Amino acid sequence: MCLAVPAKILTIDNLQAEVEFGGIHRTISIQLLPQAQVGDYVLVHTGFAISIIDPAEAEITIELLRQMGDLDPIPQAEMQPLRPPSLRSD
Amino acid sequence: MHLIDTFRDPDLARRLIAEIHNLAHRPLAFMEFCGGHTHAIMQHGIRQLMPENVRLLSGPGCPVCVTSQRDIDYAIALSQLPDVVIATFGDMVRVPGTSFTLQEAAAAGSHVRILYSPLDAVRYAQEHPEKQVIFLGVGFETTAPGVAASILQARALALSNYTIFSMHKYTPPGMHAILNAGEVRLHGIIGPGHVSAIIGLDGWQFLPEQYAMPVVVAGFEPVDILLALRNLVELAISGQARALNAYNRSVVPQGNPAALKIMNQVFETTDADWRGFGFIPQSGMGIRPEFQEYDAAVRFALPDVPSREPPGCRCGDVLRGVIEPPACPLYGKACTPQRPKGPCMVSDEGACSAYYLYQTPVE
Repeated sequence: MCLAVPAKILTIDNLQAEVEFGGIHRTISIQLLPQAQVGDYVLVHTGFAISIIDPAEAEITIELLRQMGDLDPIPQAEMQPLRPPSLRSD
Repeated sequence: MHLIDTFRDPDLARRLIAEIHNLAHRPLAFMEFCGGHTHAIMQHGIRQLMPENVRLLSGPGCPVCVTSQRDIDYAIALSQLPDVVIATFGDMVRVPGTSFTLQEAAAAGSHVRILYSPLDAVRYAQEHPEKQVIFLGVGFETTAPGVAASILQARALALSNYTIFSMHKYTPPGMHAILNAGEVRLHGIIGPGHVSAIIGLDGWQFLPEQYAMPVVVAGFEPVDILLALRNLVELAISGQARALNAYNRSVVPQGNPAALKIMNQVFETTDADWRGFGFIPQSGMGIRPEFQEYDAAVRFALPDVPSREPPGCRCGDVLRGVIEPPACPLYGKACTPQRPKGPCMVSDEGACSAYYLYQTPVE
């Protein structure tokens, strides 16, 4: 129910916006996000834009992750083997 | 889109997994509140990538699942009234009521329409003035503002044939109920990303303040969830009870003020019955008296229905994190996504459905 999908705003007319989700166009409401602008990426839930996706914040998160030490990829021996569900139902 | 792809980068995921393995030197248990997280965690195999001493428990964040049996039965009974059209999101139609599902009611003559948006339901009501359109309002703070907006639109259009049967719930009271019950020992909470887009990180400050419980709000891509887990491990190991945001690109501290305003204009807090919990004070969203002409519970007399949860179904225990789905005797045998006995196996956010879809038993 809380699934929300990123979309790019193409046009705005009053509180209706035409958005693109990976090639698909749809009209949504920006009544819950009246500050949204053409060109913004927004999260869309049940036909409403609910939040602006800030590309600059996404970059900051990714940059911090890339700087997170020069870790080697995790050695296979340290990974837990896959276990059947019966052993995880404690 | 780069906004998604970089949060699926396997190299970043491996680094985070390595950090979690390095940091987690004592047993820790975290709950993902949100059913969307449960599905993402299962889909990407994140549980199996955790160290032996890090456990992830599913929480109550599946709106269809926590809907009480009585409310499901009311919704089905409403569908049997003359000239009524039930408009709903898809998950609801397959949830077994005490006697049958909404889908089965539709097969027997009830009129049920599955819609993507409550605004589609308003449009349908506008086009069908001879019908009474009842929208089944199920969902948390992510969904309720849009449903509230549909009531404002119905009023603007002077519609007299559009109502909501509100089963909406607030998420923080559900979290309080889990922690107050003390049935599961937790060291941190993965905060629901899209609820938090509305209520903000501020909506979770009570966790560190009242319960000394760390919380990290997460997005839904694998790197988002692993980042939140890494931060939770660090907070738990170092004994820091804080609320952190690992979904900065979509969640701000104060949430979405326009959405909160519309939600609070239409809904007021009421006590609400949650499957697995019973009544939780101040956890439900009732329609305010000034909008009562849009309240299906006011317009239509709700029949007295003898409600009974499906025998043997342990959905309620799954929702409280007390058991994992395979511990239910019905799981995968009498209860599958094709023939669900309880809502946790029906919903796209249900933990039983997530386990069944992604955790193929090893024979």
